[in-house]
Amino acid sequence: MMDIQPVILWTDALVFALLASVLALVAFIRRHEHLRAPWGEVARRPMAMGAALVLAVFVVIGLMDSLHYRERLPDSPPDRPQYSVDVLSAFDALVGTLRTQQEKTYSAPLAMQLYAKEFVERDGRTVREYPRLKYGGAHLANEAARGPDIARRVLLGIVQGLAVALLLFGLAAAWQARRSQRVYGEWLADFGAGRLGWPGRTVAAVLTLIAIAIAVLVHLAAGYHVLGTDKVGQDVLYISLKSIRTGLVIGTLTTLVTLPLAIVLGIAAGYFRGWVDDVIQYVYTVLNSIPGVLLIAAAVLIVQVYIESNPALFDTAAARADIRLLALCLIMGVTSWTGLARLLRGESLKLRTLDYVQAARAFGVSHARILARHIFPNVFHLVLIAIVLDFSGLVLAEAVLSYVGVGVDPSMYSWGNMINGARLELAREPVVWWQLAAAFAFMFALVLSANLFADSVRDAFDPRMGGRR
Amino acid sequence: MFAYLVRRILYAIPILIGVNLLTFVLFFVVNTPDDMARLQLGVKHVTPEAIARWKVEHGYDKPLLLNRAAEGGAQFTDTIFFRHSAAMFAFEFGKGDDGRDIGNEIRTRMGPSLAIALPVFLIGLAVNISFALLMVFFRSSYLDLGGVVGCVVLMSISGLFYIIAGQYFIAKLWNLLPISGFGDGLDAWKFVVLPVLVGVVSGIGSGARWYRTIFLEEIGKDYVRTARAKGLGEGRVLFRHVLKNGLIPILTGAVVVLPLLFMGSLITESFFGIPGLGSYTIDAIQAQDFAVVRAMVFLGAVLYIVGLILTDLSYAWADPRVRLQ
Repeated sequence: MMDIQPVILWTDALVFALLASVLALVAFIRRHEHLRAPWGEVARRPMAMGAALVLAVFVVIGLMDSLHYRERLPDSPPDRPQYSVDVLSAFDALVGTLRTQQEKTYSAPLAMQLYAKEFVERDGRTVREYPRLKYGGAHLANEAARGPDIARRVLLGIVQGLAVALLLFGLAAAWQARRSQRVYGEWLADFGAGRLGWPGRTVAAVLTLIAIAIAVLVHLAAGYHVLGTDKVGQDVLYISLKSIRTGLVIGTLTTLVTLPLAIVLGIAAGYFRGWVDDVIQYVYTVLNSIPGVLLIAAAVLIVQVYIESNPALFDTAAARADIRLLALCLIMGVTSWTGLARLLRGESLKLRTLDYVQAARAFGVSHARILARHIFPNVFHLVLIAIVLDFSGLVLAEAVLSYVGVGVDPSMYSWGNMINGARLELAREPVVWWQLAAAFAFMFALVLSANLFADSVRDAFDPRMGGRR
Repeated sequence: MFAYLVRRILYAIPILIGVNLLTFVLFFVVNTPDDMARLQLGVKHVTPEAIARWKVEHGYDKPLLLNRAAEGGAQFTDTIFFRHSAAMFAFEFGKGDDGRDIGNEIRTRMGPSLAIALPVFLIGLAVNISFALLMVFFRSSYLDLGGVVGCVVLMSISGLFYIIAGQYFIAKLWNLLPISGFGDGLDAWKFVVLPVLVGVVSGIGSGARWYRTIFLEEIGKDYVRTARAKGLGEGRVLFRHVLKNGLIPILTGAVVVLPLLFMGSLITESFFGIPGLGSYTIDAIQAQDFAVVRAMVFLGAVLYIVGLILTDLSYAWADPRVRLQ
């Protein structure tokens, strides 16, 4: 057992603070019927639940990847321990060899040979051939054994995934039947007919698919590089999975910056009107009139200058990259609060003229109390809709910004960096496509499920959408 | 009308001053010219003399706001703020790090940018409206549902994917069009087709879906019910009434971006090697050429405000109920 030193990066702390506040919010909503109702509406939609489950997988991976630590160097003295400069995470510990099994350079998905020919010593002569990989398919005797071996692993994975899913389903069904005080068979019949009141069949199907996918990946990854390797021979599956955290952090922490600005300024402008409104409108017109990418670029360049001229503040490369990620979130948040603020301003303008607000004013209720009790709860659905709708746009924006060169640190795992590093490789012969394909596929899965979930949330919360979709 | 226009233009001035001050603070106060010089010359081995020389070359060797060494009015004019920030109001952008005049570059690069951005905008608008009308015509059917799901799927694909896939399949694999580049005059058409195609396709998802909601909102209104009650067919209702009224929010939404088309698209231009303002900007960002970035920020703000004014005018033009006073 190696000693470890926990490392809490800035974004880790914020991610877990965010998690805690989401959990608190959930507890709050559960206790209030009128808040629970629209969420119940969301939960009854098969599409929303399916998307939510896929999102949950991403979130779990992202959270595990946010528990960082450094390993103790084995040859450092026990009384004065020294720690490795590599910052690892609980996720790295879980996937184990995926990180360390590094090849020499590119290799195709599930390959057992490098992608390019090399000169190899064999029986005293140098021949030019595809060298075998160090890890990928190293257990195979020859190329002919590869196909059957892959098929065997896939089958095994499917069977195990199914078995796990079935077991879980049986237990969940028993628990559910018991909770609703029914006979097991009766509950199953309701489940089969889709009469549960929640999309049981979709949830079961998506969970089964997830279980199978995980089992198949685990079996394949034990013997191969499932998605190939990149230029320096690192496993593309590992890089793609590590990029999940970056995408999630950008999608969520940016909103965290946006919200206070948008809520306070938007509501204040609409409620107080007069000079407050003028000033706030002026500020957001100025910010809005600067093209977003340019403002982000300018701010990121400045952060870069700061980091480069103060190298002593950051003890590891990960800490430096992390600060840059945090700065990117801050900057994107500062540039993107204007849309929501304008929306909230318009809504508060309407709300302040309503009878109950006027009545509260007549009774001498303070501004602060009116804002907190009457205005804010009535614009909250707009805030929620904005959060879920913005998320996917931010994940996509990361890739574009990384391409422009003002995104996350180049040393950080992110889909944008993957695309940026691999896009020129399409010109090679044979084509190196797997890195791009993996980045786009992972991004697509996350963004699509976020979009589908966001649509359901909007439909459930937006009173204007009432019944029509 | 005229008085309104004058007032709007006057109102734009404080906003431009705000933009100008913000860029000044970002580029000169938060980040001193010394920092810029150090970044440009390489952080490690840089001598104070080299920094001083770099600052003289770029005209950053003056005090920021107040030059006490100078006489009279020159106390205010012989400063970085006056030379590099206030001068932008006269559209004097100075020189980039490559020594070329930025204003000149902007004038020559606007053409190629427009050659891509304008067709993308117009064709995209037509395509998106057609798709949206189609979905609304078959609303609450499987065609509509499929269309909406298709839109969400298209929206969820990264814009970079459209570009890379388009370049790879159409240009490299099937050799239909050149991968990138630009030509003079009419020869440029074959370089324009692919970026325009990619631009239009990547915009369909969000555009068609957005217009569909606008049309659906319109279709629930009373005048539509009246039109149906008169016995008009669904096609006539849709094309004569809903389309016309739905176009008001669509057009006014589109007018905002119209002036910004001059700026081009950063990503498209850089991938397709179009010598427009977008690739100019992206090159400047990557080379950390602050003078160019500053100029583009100011230009973008001016164009945005022009867009806002045009929006108001187009509102009054398209919707007779709106009066500008």
